[in-house]
Amino acid sequence: MARAVSRRRTAIVTIAAWIVALIIFFPILYTIITSFKSETEAIQGFSLIPSGTIESYVAVQSQSNYFKPFMNSVILSIGSTLLALLVSVPAAWSMAFSPTKRTKDILMWMLSTKMMPAVAVLVPIYLIFRDTGLLDSRIGLTVMLTLINLPIVVWMLYTYFREIPGEILEAARMDGASLWGEIVYVLTPMAVPGIASTMLLNIILAWNEAFWTIRLTTTNAAPLTAFIASFSSPQGLFWAKLSAASTLAIAPILIMGWFSQKQLVRGLTFGAVK
Amino acid sequence: MATQNTRALARLMMAPSVGLLLIWMIVPLTMTLWFSFQNYNLLNPGNVSFAGLFNYQYFYTDPAFFQSIWNTLLIVVGVLMITVIGGIAIALLLDQPMFGQGIVRIMIISPFFVMPPVAALVWKNMIMHPGYGVFADFSRALGLQPVDWFAQYPLFSIIIIVAWQWLPFATLILLTALQSLDGEQKEAAEMDGANFVNRFIYLTLPHLARSVTVVILIQTIFLLGVYAEILVTTNGGPGYASTNLPFLIYRTALLGYDVGGASAGGIIAVILANIVAIFLMRAVGKNLDR
Repeated sequence: MARAVSRRRTAIVTIAAWIVALIIFFPILYTIITSFKSETEAIQGFSLIPSGTIESYVAVQSQSNYFKPFMNSVILSIGSTLLALLVSVPAAWSMAFSPTKRTKDILMWMLSTKMMPAVAVLVPIYLIFRDTGLLDSRIGLTVMLTLINLPIVVWMLYTYFREIPGEILEAARMDGASLWGEIVYVLTPMAVPGIASTMLLNIILAWNEAFWTIRLTTTNAAPLTAFIASFSSPQGLFWAKLSAASTLAIAPILIMGWFSQKQLVRGLTFGAVK
Repeated sequence: MATQNTRALARLMMAPSVGLLLIWMIVPLTMTLWFSFQNYNLLNPGNVSFAGLFNYQYFYTDPAFFQSIWNTLLIVVGVLMITVIGGIAIALLLDQPMFGQGIVRIMIISPFFVMPPVAALVWKNMIMHPGYGVFADFSRALGLQPVDWFAQYPLFSIIIIVAWQWLPFATLILLTALQSLDGEQKEAAEMDGANFVNRFIYLTLPHLARSVTVVILIQTIFLLGVYAEILVTTNGGPGYASTNLPFLIYRTALLGYDVGGASAGGIIAVILANIVAIFLMRAVGKNLDR
């Protein structure tokens, strides 16, 4: 009898969970559906079955050269992530393996920089960018994204590196491994998964950053965030085109996100929840 | 001697990150502080003079200032309430055995990966639009008058959108915490005859307390800075009905060209964020001592 009860309970839970999930997912689902409708279809009222046309995708590319902001997003998010890793891997490494009394203070201080509201430095950053010709440049924005995500990258790497047991290093040393051998054959293989997940999360954060990317660009360096935001004052019919552009903008990151659920919790809570 | 070498090397390895962040912290913030005491308008850049506290007074007496502070708090508190309560409920649901849990999880986590401009525009046009939105379609199907969400309830609409984006984050973290709850404890409580409500109040909730704190604090940092969602939906209007502090500062700086006034606002935003930050640092710091 207990089994019958638990089976019924599983069924109820399943139905409830699917309803909740579908409601939460609905705006995304409906965007994808609408992107395969024609413009007249898109405003004809609620319908979950599109005609399957891809004219909106074609129009988005031909009318507003979608490829350019897309490539900007790719370059900015990957570029800033690599730059951040380059700077923070050594830092996290030394903090995890030769911690001093001040390591904790430094980590906390790094975290505190993340709490500075972006808008508080909007004016100086804007003026600096204007005066140095960095406005609307990919280099300027890459550096910007690197800086705002640097604390998270250091923290994430630190929490991963801290889990590499120090005894392994000692064992390697006993076996006569050189420093170089230690790094290449012992530490690197153990550190790669941590670095990879840090990279993944950071690309997601950089891709979706929507304050500096909008304010510091106009056309040349504008990534998808700025491109989509420009749809806010549309002319004429544009529901289907908006949907197509949105679908293309979120698809890559959505898929990456699905693979990084676990790391997401850890990275965004600075290791406080695992 | 070897330790000294190691220490020097360690310092050298940390230098780039620490240096970069130091510059990133100090240079712009000092400039903001400096500008906040200056009469400086971008339309009249040759005429810069010392203003004393005038910018602060100006910002403080602007009727939009208090409304924007109020709106900022409403967004933070409103979104937190929806996401924490909703997050606990959904996490409890997902913690049960069910069919297709993987897919359910993926669907629920998805909104977090949608960039803010897309989230806001999709909700504005396809869901909440008074003419063609899904809500309007349903209202008409029920014979009701469609609601013009962004004209009638601008701030509420923004809270809904932002809550939709952050609900997955709260759910995911609370679910992670739930799954670390000791199964034996749960069983023991069940054996002792504790019903669901009692188990929830005396076992689950205390266990979740720390994660809830973390969720609240981290979300607050981001929610204090909500910007793109307002920009693409209401643009702060009607009037100042949906203008929060970041949006007011942006308006003062880049639409009003008032560098001094915007900087004073920026300093106020820093103070607000710092109050929150102190609490967050404590919560995260405790974890480090573990």
